[in-house]
Amino acid sequence: MNAEPNLRDLKQTPLVVRDLTVAYHRKPVVWDVGLSIPEGKLVSVVGPNGAGKSTLLKACLDLIPRSSGEVLIYGEPYAKARKRVGYVPQRESVDWDFPVSALDVVAMGTYGQLGWFRRVNKRSKALAMQALDRVGLADYAHRQISQLSGGQQQRTFLARALVQDADIYFMDEPFAAVDAATERAIVELLKELQSRGKTCLVVHHDLATVPQYFDWTVLLNMRVVASGPTAEVFTPENLHKTYGGKLSLLTEAAEKIAKAR
Amino acid sequence: MFELADIFDVLFLRNYNTRLVVICTMLLGCACGLMGGFLLLRKRSLMGDTLSHATLPGVCLAFIIAVMLGGVGKSLPILMLGATITGVLGCAAVLYIRNHSRIKDDAAMGIVLSVFFGAGVALLTMATKMPAGAAAGLESFIYGKTASMVLTDFWLLTVVTVCVLGLSTLLFKEFRLLCFDEAYAAAQGWPVRRLDVLLLGFVTAVTVAGLQAVGLILIIAFLITPAAAARFWTDQLDRMLLLSALIGGLSGWLGASVSALIPNMPAGALIVLVAAGCFLLSMLFGLERGVVIRGYRQLELKRSVGRQHLLRALYEILEANAVSAEGIQIRAVPFRQVRGRRTWSDAQLRRYLKSAYNEGLIEVIDREDQISLTSAGLEAAAQVTRNHRLWEMYLIEYADVATSRVDRDADAVEHVLGEKMVAILESKLQSYRPVESSAVPVSPHPIHPGD
Amino acid sequence: MEWYAIDTWIVIVGMLAAISCALLGNFLVLRKMSMMGDAISHAVLPGLAIAFLVTGARASLTMFIGAAVVGVLTAVFTQWVSRFGKVDEGASMGIVFTTLFALGLLLIVQAADHVDLDAGCVLYGAIELTPLDVVWRPEFFGTVLDVPRAAIVLLIVCVVNALFVVLFFKELRISSFDAELATTMGFNANIMHYLLMTLVAVTTVAAFEAVGSIIVIAMLIVPAATAHLLTDRLGTMVILSVFIAVFTAALGHVAALCLPGWLGFDPSIIETTSTSGVMAVVAGLVFVAVLFFAPRYGIVTKRLRRLEDVSDLAVSREEADA
Repeated sequence: MNAEPNLRDLKQTPLVVRDLTVAYHRKPVVWDVGLSIPEGKLVSVVGPNGAGKSTLLKACLDLIPRSSGEVLIYGEPYAKARKRVGYVPQRESVDWDFPVSALDVVAMGTYGQLGWFRRVNKRSKALAMQALDRVGLADYAHRQISQLSGGQQQRTFLARALVQDADIYFMDEPFAAVDAATERAIVELLKELQSRGKTCLVVHHDLATVPQYFDWTVLLNMRVVASGPTAEVFTPENLHKTYGGKLSLLTEAAEKIAKAR
Repeated sequence: MFELADIFDVLFLRNYNTRLVVICTMLLGCACGLMGGFLLLRKRSLMGDTLSHATLPGVCLAFIIAVMLGGVGKSLPILMLGATITGVLGCAAVLYIRNHSRIKDDAAMGIVLSVFFGAGVALLTMATKMPAGAAAGLESFIYGKTASMVLTDFWLLTVVTVCVLGLSTLLFKEFRLLCFDEAYAAAQGWPVRRLDVLLLGFVTAVTVAGLQAVGLILIIAFLITPAAAARFWTDQLDRMLLLSALIGGLSGWLGASVSALIPNMPAGALIVLVAAGCFLLSMLFGLERGVVIRGYRQLELKRSVGRQHLLRALYEILEANAVSAEGIQIRAVPFRQVRGRRTWSDAQLRRYLKSAYNEGLIEVIDREDQISLTSAGLEAAAQVTRNHRLWEMYLIEYADVATSRVDRDADAVEHVLGEKMVAILESKLQSYRPVESSAVPVSPHPIHPGD
Repeated sequence: MEWYAIDTWIVIVGMLAAISCALLGNFLVLRKMSMMGDAISHAVLPGLAIAFLVTGARASLTMFIGAAVVGVLTAVFTQWVSRFGKVDEGASMGIVFTTLFALGLLLIVQAADHVDLDAGCVLYGAIELTPLDVVWRPEFFGTVLDVPRAAIVLLIVCVVNALFVVLFFKELRISSFDAELATTMGFNANIMHYLLMTLVAVTTVAAFEAVGSIIVIAMLIVPAATAHLLTDRLGTMVILSVFIAVFTAALGHVAALCLPGWLGFDPSIIETTSTSGVMAVVAGLVFVAVLFFAPRYGIVTKRLRRLEDVSDLAVSREEADA
């Protein structure tokens, strides 16, 4: 586990988690998690099913209560640092029959800047169009959201996060069940965010692509097995500790990666 | 006010009228409680509301048609037939709208409720103006008054209750599947839509039978409140339904009895209030999901977690300093050192220390602000640390199944995993660092301050 | 059928009530809180009772305030039971409003045997009687108008609701669509919820004293649901719902006048039937028509389109084979 930054640096660290425990009905889901993520990294959070990856994200964002521990975003608790955080949730949490178009949804990302009462103006709409264009959905801007495919819906949510102009993004399985084109678009988006100095924490399920897409990895199995630069941390040994003994396919893959370095 | 003799009268149902009212409302409470359970799980609790309102046009139409055909309008069977028909139509309409368009359940119910009731009111206005009909009081005829029940009510309610209870028992597993996972049931080949209609048909029967006996508001309440109350006491469907029926029956009995005792208390309103009281009690103190219980469990968990962390921190400090083969010795540890091992505030740590002190696990040496484990404390700390490391090992070795089996709360890992598994885990831990065996295996990963 | 000035006022009052309700109803439907109107209209009974008992008279203003307060409390308690106790929203609503109604009933029966709260009046209202309660007689171009109280009250409510929807449009939209996101952006979703509920309570109470709770519940939901089937844009949906509401109100009264005649009743004996009831039925008929024949989402339209697609597919297969 990586060491914690000192007090001065806290203000520059996008995410610090200390002793986080989340329990549900007395069973722990996340246990004693401690993390410190430096700025400008693309972070993957990986682990087996039920390992608490989504829970970790939601606990960081105060969406579920913690049993113990604290979460600091740029040195402040989440409630104070809200404006610097962007959240891309899993897709199921939305009513797809709501009468909004893709453009409307993306424009919602600018509401925070607009504040109360002000109407959605040309600038917001222009920013939204730009974001849609960047994810390749410019042609679908005026479609109602239920008419979009799964991958397109995902990209719409990403565009909304983009427009929010946050400093750290939490994304919950953005690559789940998307087509190849969407996957490429998402990866490009992530790289662009990184080039602008943003940090992204992404719950990811496909181990094969972790070294390709992410430069920092958190291996989670109810507690943190390892957290650090992907090159250092994504080893057969750590994978074994995270996923258990019998996943030979994984070990092979990890060994290949280790050799390739 | 009232005397003991009065109380006994009511308790033993000496008065014919009281007897009828109490028994009828009890029966109704049971039947509604049962059906209400299913409705609650289908998230359609307000269906009773929609149904009750949807019966009005049927009643009026039946009346109008009967009168036009020259018969007696205000005949109970005819009116109830009308009520049932439009009631069922209303349910069918709700399901149809919800299944074939983007309109959701609540809006579908609202549409059916207001439109059907509107039609009913329009028809009622016409019916009351019909010269031949003598329709005065038609709607209070159908929307009953609890205190004025007759024998026919009793027989009707008994028949309906028995049928509904019987059939629900027969179809229990089907209904349970329907409530729990509609998509799965459909995939398994169950005729989900028809089961839905059947379930609502039962609800309609109970509603129509009860409506003319006890009135609109009581029926709606009976179909919602007992079930919601029962939910807080158990997570098992059969128990919940049983409890729901019991609470319904109890509310009926208590409400009707009190109403018979005290003058000027409308029975229907009292029963609703009793049921609401049961709900409030259940919401707060329900053993499974009550607010107080949940709060207590949370606190308990935090306390237990805190204590475990404290003991383990102390143990590990001692362990780090006991490099020799003599094993771990009890020493005083400065408060600051313990504080530094984890992120807890001064106040929190002092609270855990106090609680541990009360249990005789630690001693505090005030002057130097130091803490020391007692021998009992050392034993407990060793146990906690051992458990923790075994769980760590288990998570590593059997990660694919571990997360569903881990129970950090268990006093001993053996209780959950069994002796054999623990032996395996211990030997694996040995392989990490073959140090002199102590009661506590070494940690599978290096210990940093925050662990 | 004869048309009097009184009829015009009935239609106007009906329209104002319908518009006020339809404006807010869009958001109730989208937030899946459609039954709140029904809940509030039952739950206000204790409010009316207490107001009556406290003031000893059927003074409109106190009753209005009493009812509005209880209306808001209904929303508050429902929210409380639902969040705190983790109970299904619909069930919470049902528990709260039946309990409040029972309390009201108890209060009325206990404290005032001579109370004159005609439950029928509360439930059905008497829109036909509203024009008789004239409060204002302005002169326009030489003719005197008899403006009923209901029209003025409802006009005010209508304007307030319209302002609310226009001013808070984007806040309503985001909090209805994604409450979590709204909160993270700084638009407290709770505040929006309580604002909306307060207005619904006030509108419900103002409207049902004049036109009865049936119209209120119908107008809160049916025009909005109908509009939802006709368009994919929220702004259009709101505007459409208003038009539908206006149309329904007008047609409703006309139909109420004509209906007994159509059904074969002797017009000299039964002249009209309840306008409220018929308005609700008209709303329902419009809804059904749209349900089946809406240009994009109608059931029949969808079936026809599917048949078209299938035949297109068959045709293109033939062409490919050829």
